[in-house]
Amino acid sequence: MNIAPIVHMRRPGKVHVPAVTLAHGGGGKAMKDLIDDVFVETFGHALLAPLEDQARFDLGSLAVHGDRLAFTTDSFVVDPLFFPGGDIGKLAVCGTVNDLAVGGAVPLYLSCAIIIEEGVRIELLRKIAQSMATTAQRAGVSIVTGDTKVVQKGACDKLFITTTGIGVIRRGIDLGVHKARTGDVVLVNGLLGDHGAAILGARGDMALDSPIESDCAPLNDLVNDLVIAAPNIRFVRDATRGGAATVLNEIAQASQVSIEIDEGATPIREQVKAFCEILGLDPLYLANEGKIVAITSPTEAKAALAAMRAHPLGGGAAIIGNVVEGEAGRVTMRTVFGGRRIVDMLVGEQLPRIC
Amino acid sequence: MKYLDEFRDREKARILIKEIESLVAGIDIAKTRPIQIMEVCGGHTHSIFRYGIEGMLPKAIELVHGPGCPVCVLPMGRVDDCVAIADRPEVIFTTFGDAMRVPGSRKSLLQAKADGADIRMVYSPMDALTIARKNPDREIVFFAIGFETTMPSTALTILQAESDGIANFSVFCNHITIVPTIKAILDSPDLQLDGFLGPGHVSMVIGTSPYQFIAEFYRKPMVVAGFEPLDILQSIWMVLKQIKEGRAEIENQYARVVSEAGNSPALQAVLRVYELRQFFEWRGLGSIDHSGIKLRDSYAHFDAERKFAIPNAKIADPKSCQCGEVLKGVIKPWQCKVFGSACTPETPVGALMVSSEGACAAYYQYGGVKSHGAVA
Repeated sequence: MNIAPIVHMRRPGKVHVPAVTLAHGGGGKAMKDLIDDVFVETFGHALLAPLEDQARFDLGSLAVHGDRLAFTTDSFVVDPLFFPGGDIGKLAVCGTVNDLAVGGAVPLYLSCAIIIEEGVRIELLRKIAQSMATTAQRAGVSIVTGDTKVVQKGACDKLFITTTGIGVIRRGIDLGVHKARTGDVVLVNGLLGDHGAAILGARGDMALDSPIESDCAPLNDLVNDLVIAAPNIRFVRDATRGGAATVLNEIAQASQVSIEIDEGATPIREQVKAFCEILGLDPLYLANEGKIVAITSPTEAKAALAAMRAHPLGGGAAIIGNVVEGEAGRVTMRTVFGGRRIVDMLVGEQLPRIC
Repeated sequence: MKYLDEFRDREKARILIKEIESLVAGIDIAKTRPIQIMEVCGGHTHSIFRYGIEGMLPKAIELVHGPGCPVCVLPMGRVDDCVAIADRPEVIFTTFGDAMRVPGSRKSLLQAKADGADIRMVYSPMDALTIARKNPDREIVFFAIGFETTMPSTALTILQAESDGIANFSVFCNHITIVPTIKAILDSPDLQLDGFLGPGHVSMVIGTSPYQFIAEFYRKPMVVAGFEPLDILQSIWMVLKQIKEGRAEIENQYARVVSEAGNSPALQAVLRVYELRQFFEWRGLGSIDHSGIKLRDSYAHFDAERKFAIPNAKIADPKSCQCGEVLKGVIKPWQCKVFGSACTPETPVGALMVSSEGACAAYYQYGGVKSHGAVA
């Protein structure tokens, strides 16, 4: 009798159906095929291939980058999945990479957990996985572990992604939201509000033909240049949901200082201004996915600005304001009109599902 | 931005402020008390705060933020009616976004949505009609709200629905009209206003002639104003000039948009579709005669109030809430007992804290900057 020998080598599975079904979340062969064919194949990382329940790292190889770990997680539910300048996959990588980078960390490894609604086309998944892989490569990070769940129709809207990231913080770098001092300088690396406007335009329910592209980009390289040019930099944060206004309020409150920005010096694209004018939105609260707010001492401001402007993602960098004497926790703006107003925390949501 | 930056010019503002200062110096009443000017329209309130205009004016001028935010004057009972309609399983309830957070006696539309009601935000009543076309098996209700500014678009949507034979569309009509409201404010005994900035968008529809009684009967100056900061400064200057010269006239600063007779096709649509209600309840101001409108009988089949049984309960304003006094300019937002404590934009007690055009929310969001002489 001929008994086939047990094959120990893992053979990558293949998906042969056009759309995801509940079977792809069942833990059986269909799920393995989906993970192999769509994710492992695309992400192509040696740590992912053995498909253990966890990715494993050598501590020594982490330690060469610095002396502390940074660890963060973020979920992405953007609607629509594809928009000018990006898609949910690119966003999911950039978001977590940027959250690590603004802490002064070198981002290294990501996880990708994805919740898929049954019926989603496999082709769509492939496009998103490819976009994640391309963005990860650009950012110099590896996607090393993940999870896939399939839920029934209506239980989620097409797909949601969660990425978690590990990075290593460079020795000697210590950024903190509480570190702003009177006299410090507030900088941004370019035009504000593009992502929020792009998403709103892409939804199409505004009937506006908007050419605005999302600024979605991995910022680790830019932040790297920034901390080299201004090693005593106080604080950096990516101005995502809630926009620049929210970050400034967080700084003012945590540092117990007053911040004043100059409307005329704040870089905002003309189309975004017009967009906001029509819709009654404030661009300062619009989300960004490739913009940071940085606080430096007055002595390092020039170097920080020059470093950002020299980087491809910082060409439009500008000094937009200062930390000033005044009511602790307050952010104010000198309007172009010559008046002065408070820039408060946003109440409620300006726009849902932007990232 | 072209056609906008011109109206936000810092240098022209500086010159206007100087002119305003010298006018005020020559007005006698300013020596004993502040000159009170009410901006009727919530759009003006928003601009005033957004550009920091209050802080640029001489202290002798006090801007009183009037009742012209339709979201803010909507009584709780009407919000409850909205929730009751929205809770019906066959209904898709459509609304402008800023009405979502107005508190009802039990919940806001935002909470009702979270509880499972199918409530969708739209930017125009025509969007609601599109939803009706796409969902023939559902009942689509549009929450119609606003002064004469939005009345014509609701009327035209109803006329469109009629000509297209769309039967699954109706309107929950909460439109209100400006003139009886201004009259109610002028008749209020605890009032000391010296002049008005007239509402620009409303006047674009109704023209300037309906305001004549303000000048003739009440002897108060009014200047119909645009919404850019220079429009507002110039209009304040025009009101002050009337006060100084002892005139009470209806003047039009916003002539690039507003004509004396208004927009006749818009007015025709309004007259065709609506009629006045006997009275309508306002939050903070109580019932004002002939201040609300409803659909005429010939359009009853588009009237959500007649299509669905609504509770139509009268709910008293919360006792602690002083929206009425703020609306009439008797107290400033921050003088209200609950401002910033029990009543904040996250948990509004009164409606003035809800919309960005509400005086309290605008003050909470943008206000409170005490520095004067901000023009460099």
